[in-house]
Amino acid sequence: MRKILIMALAALVLGGCKTPPINKADTPAETQSSDSNSNNNAAPMSNMPNTQAMSAEQMAHQALDKVGFVIYFDYDKSDIKSEYNTVIAAHAKYLSSSNNLKVRLEGNTDERGSREYNIGLGERRAQAVRRALMLLGVNENQITTLSYGEERPAVEGHDEAAYTKNRRVEISY
Amino acid sequence: MQRFISLCAGVMLGVFSTFAAHAELVIEITRGLNDAVPIAVVPFGSSGNSKPALDIAEVVSNDLSRSGRFAPLDRRDMIEQPTSGEQIQFADWRLLKSNYILVGKAVSTSADHYDVQFELFNVLNAQRLLGLHIAATTATLRITAHRIADIVFEQLTGIPGVASTRIAYVNVEGVVPNQTYKLTVSDADGANPIVIANSNDPIMSPAWSPDGLSLAYVSFVNKAAAIYVKFLQTGETRKVSARSGINGAPAWSPDGKQLALTLSRKDGDVDVYTLELATQVLTRMTYDPSIDTEPAWSADGSKIYFTSDRSGNAQIYETNVRDSNHAPRRVTFDGNYNARPRVSPDGKQLALVHQEGGNFNIATLDVKTGSLQVITKGRQDESPSYAPNGAQLIFSTQSRGHGVLALVSADGRSQQNLGATSGDVREAAWGPLPPKQKQ
Repeated sequence: MRKILIMALAALVLGGCKTPPINKADTPAETQSSDSNSNNNAAPMSNMPNTQAMSAEQMAHQALDKVGFVIYFDYDKSDIKSEYNTVIAAHAKYLSSSNNLKVRLEGNTDERGSREYNIGLGERRAQAVRRALMLLGVNENQITTLSYGEERPAVEGHDEAAYTKNRRVEISY
Repeated sequence: MQRFISLCAGVMLGVFSTFAAHAELVIEITRGLNDAVPIAVVPFGSSGNSKPALDIAEVVSNDLSRSGRFAPLDRRDMIEQPTSGEQIQFADWRLLKSNYILVGKAVSTSADHYDVQFELFNVLNAQRLLGLHIAATTATLRITAHRIADIVFEQLTGIPGVASTRIAYVNVEGVVPNQTYKLTVSDADGANPIVIANSNDPIMSPAWSPDGLSLAYVSFVNKAAAIYVKFLQTGETRKVSARSGINGAPAWSPDGKQLALTLSRKDGDVDVYTLELATQVLTRMTYDPSIDTEPAWSADGSKIYFTSDRSGNAQIYETNVRDSNHAPRRVTFDGNYNARPRVSPDGKQLALVHQEGGNFNIATLDVKTGSLQVITKGRQDESPSYAPNGAQLIFSTQSRGHGVLALVSADGRSQQNLGATSGDVREAAWGPLPPKQKQ
């Protein structure tokens, strides 16, 4: 299991859209078979009965747990920092594995500034993530955005430690 | 000769289909009031078969105190308690340094009915300024007390009192991430709170219709933002905008026929629009790729002020409603953050959120001269809303880690906090004056 994750991650680090180089010798048979499925992104799970192999979708989903579902932002900013490229890539890969997958990008801000302005800022952050996913091949019909502004803090508190955790986009399936 | 002028107690009682809230607001004077006018509001007497269940003078006294203009005398300092003009020993009240004295009584006329009589005197020259009476029932005693406060306030200041108005606010309880959001309407003093919307998803941005009969607000129920209008008399709720993306910042036009609102539509471009309620006709007001939001109508309805970060940081702009093709005009230039404008009732000022030295405070802007005056001193003050007489604003601030509401005089000289008995309260919107009652 661990190997699968590492592999999927390696693939992501090297760029979600490229075919990942795979060391076949280290790869268990079941993973090889599922990897061959990954070349067929549109194949839904129901088309693969009676197989214990992980679908590309399942694999990509496992990768998500590793990278997480949250992207954090600087104060009053909506540009995605480069450290989140792997997060974006993992989610793009997962979403690309099936057009049936839908995602909701929930933009959030810290409590500073007026509430409706922060709704705008949260939307801008969600849109930044939306564009990044679409650049990596995700269909726009799979994505909806929702801005909560400062209304849904992840943590309580009125200091920078809390603000840092609250300025975020949550990737919600 | 009739000693008292009779007032028709045409009291409006909203019929609500919803339930009462537990969270009440409690008042705490935080600063100012040094130049408040001393007044003695003597406990009202009673006569007849039944005694009123309400301490009328206490309600009147609190109303006058909350206005920031009056400093009612502490009851414990009153050496006598006259209930009519002829009982007043003016020399005693001069010693107590009261400029004015209000006396009165509730005369029981029949079961559950009262004739509330009151007289206002200038202590210095013993001149009788008012002598009125209002018919009331047990159910209308509190509203009657607010009316007495408003009549006294207007007599002494020349501007209408706002004790008979209502406010709407958002009450948030529970711990992150399991919070509940309630949209509450209460009397201006926090009494009679009634929850009109209740959700585990955020509720925000309440806005009163100019006639005071409806509230627009934003709800995130079902994981999508939508603007609703609640009709207070019928309890009916109508969804008026649920487009893709943001549906936010509703603001009623002065004639009550349109809402200005913020939408992001499919492309995510946050802009201000107007929505004609009867026809659902949508008109785009701003076109910039920046965040354009928080619309507020000018008093005459010809312009919309809004927040935009098109210059790189949030500032206030104005655009013509009838001709939105012209580039909006920037109206704030002090500091690097000015947002969420609200227009004073006379249209001459904007109240807004202004950042200075890391703190967010309420400021007023003189529309003609462009001069900006910061009127609050908190760290995280927001959401100013003018009282309908323009003399005060209600806004949100932090006190001991909690969100509370506060009142500040338009000149910033007096401030009082209105804390909730539970949870956080915020985003107060001050309702309009009740329809003028016949005298």
